[in-house]
Amino acid sequence: MSNLESKKIVISERRKFLSLMAQSVGLSALGGMVWTGYLQEAKSAPLILRPPGARAESEFIRMCIKCGQCVSACPYNTLSLAKPGDHKPMGTPFYIPRQMPCYMCTDIPCVPVCPTGALDKKSVSSQIEGVETLDITKAKMGLAVVDTESCIAFWGIQCDACYRACPVMDSAIKLEYRRNPRTGKHAFLIPIVNSETCTGCGLCERACVTEKAAIHVLPLELAKGSIGGHYIRGWDKADEKRLEGISTDVTTHTKRSEKSATDYLNSGEEMFK
Amino acid sequence: MKYWILKHRFLLMRRMTQLGILALYIAGNSYGFHLLMGNLSSSLVMKHIPLADPFAVLQIFAAGTILGLDVLIGAIIVVIFYLIVGGRAFCSWVCPMNMVTDMANWTRKVLYLEKIERKVWLGRNVRYWVLGLSLILSALSGVAAFEMVSPISMLHRGIIFGMGMGFAAVLCIFLFDLFAVKNGWCGHICPLGGFYALLGRMSMIRVKHNQASCTLCMKCKDICPEKQVLSIIGKESGAIVSGECTNCGRCIEVCEDDALAFGVRNYISSASEK
Repeated sequence: MSNLESKKIVISERRKFLSLMAQSVGLSALGGMVWTGYLQEAKSAPLILRPPGARAESEFIRMCIKCGQCVSACPYNTLSLAKPGDHKPMGTPFYIPRQMPCYMCTDIPCVPVCPTGALDKKSVSSQIEGVETLDITKAKMGLAVVDTESCIAFWGIQCDACYRACPVMDSAIKLEYRRNPRTGKHAFLIPIVNSETCTGCGLCERACVTEKAAIHVLPLELAKGSIGGHYIRGWDKADEKRLEGISTDVTTHTKRSEKSATDYLNSGEEMFK
Repeated sequence: MKYWILKHRFLLMRRMTQLGILALYIAGNSYGFHLLMGNLSSSLVMKHIPLADPFAVLQIFAAGTILGLDVLIGAIIVVIFYLIVGGRAFCSWVCPMNMVTDMANWTRKVLYLEKIERKVWLGRNVRYWVLGLSLILSALSGVAAFEMVSPISMLHRGIIFGMGMGFAAVLCIFLFDLFAVKNGWCGHICPLGGFYALLGRMSMIRVKHNQASCTLCMKCKDICPEKQVLSIIGKESGAIVSGECTNCGRCIEVCEDDALAFGVRNYISSASEK
């Protein structure tokens, strides 16, 4: 009995404090991991169209304070804030073109009201006579993409709904005339989107006559390809200039390239080793 | 009736401010009455004065962004305002969640849940851990962490811009407060309340106690959602200095002895104030 008593652990104030702290830190780490897991999932929504002037998605989602002032400023009720259940980053502004596209107001009321700069005024302004002026045609909200199989213009039916709805008419969407070999005497009026001038406003998607729009706006990073630096337009003098000052020694150095190419090709037996 | 109004005067005023602010936001965003635009995260008063939620700004800062001047000025205005009227005055006078949790508390009382409930342990300091955690997670994930999950934002944003499934989150808070822990959300977990509690440690308008008139009826402690702040009741006169006091004024209303009143904190001799 006395043996047991002597083994009784004395819990000092210091030990109590330390173990309580350890417990709190541990619980915080547990909660933090669950929370981070949710955040990583919740903040990634590649299929979302942002208001004009929005910064790149990762930066936008960091800066947006979710106040909805862009939403209230929009005269067409284009924008809405993501609600729980919308499967989009909570509280951030977005629009669905088929329901309500961006009408590309020239005074862009949604951008200057942004208090945090998540909507960047500079990116939708151009210098006109040295003065920074709002310019909605510089907006890059997305890119219209045509599904050629469901677009009736590709059947040979004359439909230029998207072409006529486009606020950057005859530039963002051009009609390409092609001969219709089926009838032999008609033309296809094919809508072709130019990714450099298309703002992604979605008026074309709204105007499309098919049941589900055959032309639809996708976020830029999803819709656009990227050429990479190693292709150069040889016929374009400005592009050709990129070659200047580049080292001509672009040989790949491997074990086999120690000898020159002709030597290596002529030494037959080595080649088939 | 007159007596009832007197005994609930601050409660009625609080409900009027809470609902009034929401009404102004709705009018500003949907009906073109531009006195107050935006929502509690950030807004614009009379089209010129910016306001911003300082805790949201702090999280965005932790996530690695220096924001525009407008929000910084807005956040500073809000901080100064609550340094004057009492940090957690936000909680009891502005936050719409207060109505939800008060409703849970009222239901709790009606159902006599206090007498028969299970004991669930949850410390009052959890909110400060959640506060720290939201800043750390903001830095780690590059997005304002609490703003992504905040049921408060879901509620006020929902009322102003459309609710969606947000009501589920609000219902969770209601059920948690009703069945799990009394004042569980506002008094234990909410990091926004924690943030304002830190401001409240220095804020000016406080509830003051006059020990000479106190008859130790303890009605104030009975009604207070943050009982620990009323430690001086019946022991010494002075201000309720704890930042966790929400300046809701319920203790003042229920006091029959004139022993409690709103007053200005004496910063210079607050220690010797007797």
